[in-house]
Amino acid sequence: MHSRRRFLLNSVNSLSATWVATQWPAALAAAQHAHNAAQSATPPKFEFFTPELAAEVEAMVARIIPTDETPGAREAGVVYFIDRALATFASDVRNVYVGGMAEVQAKVREMFPGVEKFSRATVEQQDEVLGSVEDKAAPIDRPFAARPLVPNFFETLREHTIAGFLIDPDSDRSGNRDGVGWRVIGREREHAFQPPFSDYVKDYPGWRPVGTEPEK
Amino acid sequence: MLRGLVKYKTSDEVDFVIIGSGAAGGVLAKELSTNGFRVVVLEQGPYLTEADFVHDEVKVFKENLLTNHPELQPNTFRKTSDEKAVAQRAVTYGRCVGGSSVHFTANYWRFHEIDFVERSKVGAIAGTGLADWPITYADLEPYYTKVEWEVGVSGLAYASPFDPPRAKPYPMPPLPVKSCGVLFERGARKLGWHPFPAPLAILSQPRAGRSACINCGFCYAFGCEVGAKSSSLASVIPLAERTGRCEIRPNSYVHRIELDSAGRATGAVYFDEQKNTHVQKAKAFVVCANGAETPRLLLLSANKQFPNGLANSSGLVGKYLMFNSNARSVGLFERPLNDYKGFAASRVLHDFYELDPQKVGFYGGGALDGRFDFTPYFFALTGLPKETPRWGKNFKAALSHNFTRTMQIHCTGTSLPVEANSFSLDPELKDAWGLPALRMTYKDHPDDLKLVTWLTKHALEILDAAGAVNRWSRPINEQQFAVHLLGTCRMGNDPKTSVINADHRTHDVKNLFLCDGSSLVTSGRGQPTMTIQALAYRAADRITALARRGDLRS
Repeated sequence: MHSRRRFLLNSVNSLSATWVATQWPAALAAAQHAHNAAQSATPPKFEFFTPELAAEVEAMVARIIPTDETPGAREAGVVYFIDRALATFASDVRNVYVGGMAEVQAKVREMFPGVEKFSRATVEQQDEVLGSVEDKAAPIDRPFAARPLVPNFFETLREHTIAGFLIDPDSDRSGNRDGVGWRVIGREREHAFQPPFSDYVKDYPGWRPVGTEPEK
Repeated sequence: MLRGLVKYKTSDEVDFVIIGSGAAGGVLAKELSTNGFRVVVLEQGPYLTEADFVHDEVKVFKENLLTNHPELQPNTFRKTSDEKAVAQRAVTYGRCVGGSSVHFTANYWRFHEIDFVERSKVGAIAGTGLADWPITYADLEPYYTKVEWEVGVSGLAYASPFDPPRAKPYPMPPLPVKSCGVLFERGARKLGWHPFPAPLAILSQPRAGRSACINCGFCYAFGCEVGAKSSSLASVIPLAERTGRCEIRPNSYVHRIELDSAGRATGAVYFDEQKNTHVQKAKAFVVCANGAETPRLLLLSANKQFPNGLANSSGLVGKYLMFNSNARSVGLFERPLNDYKGFAASRVLHDFYELDPQKVGFYGGGALDGRFDFTPYFFALTGLPKETPRWGKNFKAALSHNFTRTMQIHCTGTSLPVEANSFSLDPELKDAWGLPALRMTYKDHPDDLKLVTWLTKHALEILDAAGAVNRWSRPINEQQFAVHLLGTCRMGNDPKTSVINADHRTHDVKNLFLCDGSSLVTSGRGQPTMTIQALAYRAADRITALARRGDLRS
């Protein structure tokens, strides 16, 4: 369905960084156009979000993992992951989203009178609004960590955005579309790997007991 | 294919009921059924197979595919017994056939001689119950060898000059070195220390119909989809089922052991998947439910004869809880390491196994290992330096740059046994079955925290010597959460100061045995599963001898 987009992303991946930095926005626009065309042919189905709410969530996740020289949360389809999450494993935090989104929109109008909603704000304004609802005292997370009784909306959104960007693309979570998140962090998508994994290993002389190294 | 060869009725008085199918329960099931006994294994979790072991981090970390569910089986936590415990996830353990061995990291070095006789060597430590074991390393050595050859451990014998004596080499060579192993080794050697290839319960070669490791990179916290990780599920449980005498009964949550008027255990009371209650009869019972659930089951089984909990005349059931103190240092390197490929740990260091309290100013000892055990989402949450922005362009840039260039040094060490550190029944909170929740009371002994702080300093020295461009340690805080659950039904000769004897038999109930992390008298220096399995092989020999001479009936 997104073959043109995939082609573009694949090509970008193998091109020089300079080219990418200068050409990516155009390439992205083309890809986005192809994506939108595909989308309009088969409209995406949201299980929980209204299209309006989805557009606002997408604008927010795009500030958490922005699109720059490389794809971000938007291209990874994070909003679809979150929608599915709220219909499945994260159904208990739906109210956190509903309340949090309303709070963010109120902040937008309060901080930037005349701006109607988050998605209409400039990216600088968006970052300022999100910064104002971030829990700056949030501890270093870990997947097994105890959850606070009333989760902070921004922290929940952040966690879902990261998960939606990096989840196994072969899972049925609707995230990390086409594996773009893994490509961004340099993770190959193969299911099995052969050593050596790096140059460090290629130069390794093999294990010897301490005191028996050859003279240099 | 092998499943369901034998089914027993609950009214059949089988020879043994084993409660829990993890590292210890799996070994006991295999050994006792092979020795001719009829065995029922009651496992509270489901019977998953390799096809269920996907790479979906949400399924593993959020939906608890392989582990206890914090909402269905909530915990409470408090630091000291004068506090009221609050609801908080305190323990994670495997809750499926194979137990925690399904998702573990598979570090399989043996305890050393010192771990069994440390009380004699260092003397009493105020405020602790540090004690010698009733058995020594020499008693356990044959069983360590049995674990290596039967369960399947890869390693290089005597690669560490600190290794205790062994009867045989490892059955397989070590796994291929990872970048973190090369760098750890480079740094440690420059400092004059003795790094060695990590012994791992992961197959480096095909063995016993199982595949060698394919380096998929979803190892720690995940189940192995090719059976290369030597979990009980992949190794000993199929052997138990093949005898035709062992039934593995999943989704069976044991919550009470019944006694007759003579004080002999007669039945294990459990809920099935639909929460219907059953009682499985047996001649003897072996509880291998882990260091949290074993004491909880004894406390839940209190009755007129044992008002403070079954087999608890000592009052020590649930006490002397130990975790293994632990900490993390992280290093960032110039070029990609790509250590997301492969298993976790690659090189280990035992130079600090026995520290001299006179020199360092605290009791203890530890191990360091060079590893990378992050899956992508886990890394994004915890793998970046603390000054990194938590979202936005620079967060993404750090994530993109660091993921392939990061390694960790994991520091593990002793936990002193403190009587107040314990598992007990919460007086208010209940689980989804209406049973009292597990309550943890825990405060690290100050020496445990001094030890890991000391270890991280040395870990940073290794990262510097290896050429890291940036390195840092994760903050060291008092622990409130654990996966190594040790010491809570300790072994000993004196019924007043221990719960089980050297045969793993409870001092109080003749046909009731306990074998898992709860049996440990000291914590070792981290990585207890190898020792838990060696104890299980030894316990099986002892229990078999007792049963054959008719000593299980009173």
